[in-house]
Amino acid sequence: MDEMVLLGDEALALGAIDAGMSSAYGYPGTPSSEIMEYILEYSSSSKDLFATWSSNEKTAYEEALGASFVGKRVLVTMKHVGLNVAADSFMNSALCDINGGLVIAVADDPGMHSSQGEQDSRYYSAFARIMCFEPRNQQECYEMTREAFDISEKFHIPVMIRLVTRLAHSRAVVVPSEKREANELHKSDNTAGWRLLPALARKNWAKLLEDQTDFEKYTNESEYNPLSINTDFTDFGVITTGLGRNYYDEAKIELPSLPSHLHISAYPAPKDKIQKLAASVKKIVVIEEGCTFIEDYLRGYLEQSIEISGKRNGAISLTGELNPDNIRGALGLPKREGLKTEMALPGRPPQLCKGCPHADTYAAINSAREEFDNSIVTSDIGCYSLGALPPHKAIETIICMGASIGTAKGAAEAGFKPVVAVIGDSTFLHSGISPLVDAVSCNTPMTVIILDNGTVAMTGGQETILPSSRLKSLIEGIGIEPDHIKTIVPLKKNHTENVDVIKTEMEYDGISVVISLRECLETARKRKKAGGNK
Amino acid sequence: MKYDIILAGVGGQGVLSVAACIATSAMLQGLNVRQSEVHGMAQRGGAVMSHLRISDKEIPGDLVGRGNADMILSMEPLESLRYLDYLNPEGKIVTSSETVINIPDYPDESEIIENVKATGVSVIVDAKAIARESGNMKAANIVIVGAASSYLPVEQKYIEQAIKQMFSAKGEDVVEQNLKAFISGRA
Ligand code: SF4
Repeated sequence: MDEMVLLGDEALALGAIDAGMSSAYGYPGTPSSEIMEYILEYSSSSKDLFATWSSNEKTAYEEALGASFVGKRVLVTMKHVGLNVAADSFMNSALCDINGGLVIAVADDPGMHSSQGEQDSRYYSAFARIMCFEPRNQQECYEMTREAFDISEKFHIPVMIRLVTRLAHSRAVVVPSEKREANELHKSDNTAGWRLLPALARKNWAKLLEDQTDFEKYTNESEYNPLSINTDFTDFGVITTGLGRNYYDEAKIELPSLPSHLHISAYPAPKDKIQKLAASVKKIVVIEEGCTFIEDYLRGYLEQSIEISGKRNGAISLTGELNPDNIRGALGLPKREGLKTEMALPGRPPQLCKGCPHADTYAAINSAREEFDNSIVTSDIGCYSLGALPPHKAIETIICMGASIGTAKGAAEAGFKPVVAVIGDSTFLHSGISPLVDAVSCNTPMTVIILDNGTVAMTGGQETILPSSRLKSLIEGIGIEPDHIKTIVPLKKNHTENVDVIKTEMEYDGISVVISLRECLETARKRKKAGGNK
Repeated sequence: MKYDIILAGVGGQGVLSVAACIATSAMLQGLNVRQSEVHGMAQRGGAVMSHLRISDKEIPGDLVGRGNADMILSMEPLESLRYLDYLNPEGKIVTSSETVINIPDYPDESEIIENVKATGVSVIVDAKAIARESGNMKAANIVIVGAASSYLPVEQKYIEQAIKQMFSAKGEDVVEQNLKAFISGRA
């Protein structure tokens, strides 16, 4: 087959397509979005593959689970924090008797390039007691995804592929193999394996625990966990995971002697191989991308008293992503330096595009707030999070998808006034509706401002799950007083008028919603280029 | 042979397209390439950098080590200084002289240029002016590729081939303008 140059995300997508996947679901989130983008592009010209974005990661996961129940292979994609949203479905699906291969691709973001946290999804795979693959290059993204589908069908469990930003967003050559056929529709006879009533769930749980032995047998034998022992050098051995292996491979040529080495990319951790390595060396250096997953695991059960060096003892930083330099200390290699400049360089943080509608909404919110002695503005995840930075400095909280509305409600009910929640349209549809229903039930005195730019802007302009035209009827439908649903158009020329609307609603003693409606410039530009006129 | 490049610029300047152009040409010549990109929040007008690694051998990692870059290729002079500690002493800085001033504390332009020159390894190009002469204001990035090209381990014909591939969908004229921009940048 022909070589292709692909992002890690795209290689994973192609691996799933070639594995005979029939459906794919996901919610956009950097650095995972390009997986679905690739599949959507492919599915637009293929009738055998159904792919779509979902409202959020939880709905995506459940949709995927349904496809698996009826025998089809299915992929579900999200970023690491998205798995928190899908966690309920994910954790419980591990107890289900998986029928068609169910693979969950989760992209972690060590270094927080585009995220609010550095959580390591391998913990989730261990928490759910399922299997997980951690590729270290594009070719492995492709191959491990194919393998993950096989494993899922073999052991009847969901299987995770853990990516990290550097792999998701780096490009290299991939050699694909033969595409295989999709599964036929086939509802399993064992529907008891899908009903987690306590009596049945207990059985499923016992079975899952029993199956761990098989999982470990697989990972102990897998060539994805290669072990090499060098009996002539016992000072230390090395365990790498993920991209840590790449940096180690580059650094090891500087070592006086090649240490024994175990690379782990299939989990649960291969106990036997770890034991073998531990028996051959005095110390184990652990180079892993993310948290101290393997490191803590070693400390947990190794019988030998062996020194373990990694992130816990500070040999490698506990925060941030690995790179070719920050692993050197752990291997006893000297620091490297490059050129220097005398000049003090100012930072250049990201900022809203010139003319972005959010900037005008923030200007109006800031002016409206001047009318009050004290006010609080909670906010959410998206391009508009940049409104926390100068020159806007308009929002005061950024936690997780949808949190703006819930936190605003809590603050208002604690007695604070006025309270404003600022949330994007896609974030609102993702997880802002439920807390707004809560606020309606209590007629909480607060104002929700929905920044409706008609797109999921931050992640590259994906379509929102509902068009702007339906937002208002949705909000009316859950019971907000029609008099307190206002629409403004965030433009400089409307500033005074917009300030007035926001101020009036901030004064109102009940729940109100202001929809600030203007299309994202990037989306408008792309739409014009494509010749559309929505 | 290995050649490591740090590409620098401001989100929206087309750092990724420059990286793609060089990467494509290196592959046309039969070399191995790894290219690490920045997507998402950082793209919005902030400082962006991309690692591009070229070698005739296998390349394990996506990232260039400190003191190991053979070139810093920058679309903006201030940004060319930001990643200096990646550059090895024999490396080169190739940068556009055109500033992007979107922060309040942007330093004095002449101070930046002085500091770039003080490295003793810089090539400063007035990419915008050269692009204008080539008949396409948007070709400034290709001018930069031209300026870098005499140091790259890639033959001119492959870079020209990559440029043709990149712009062929936009018509003959655009291809010609970009080839001209490339040649003028190289001069
Ligand atoms: S991409 Fe759209 S929403 Fe994001 S900053 Fe630019 S104009 Fe604003």
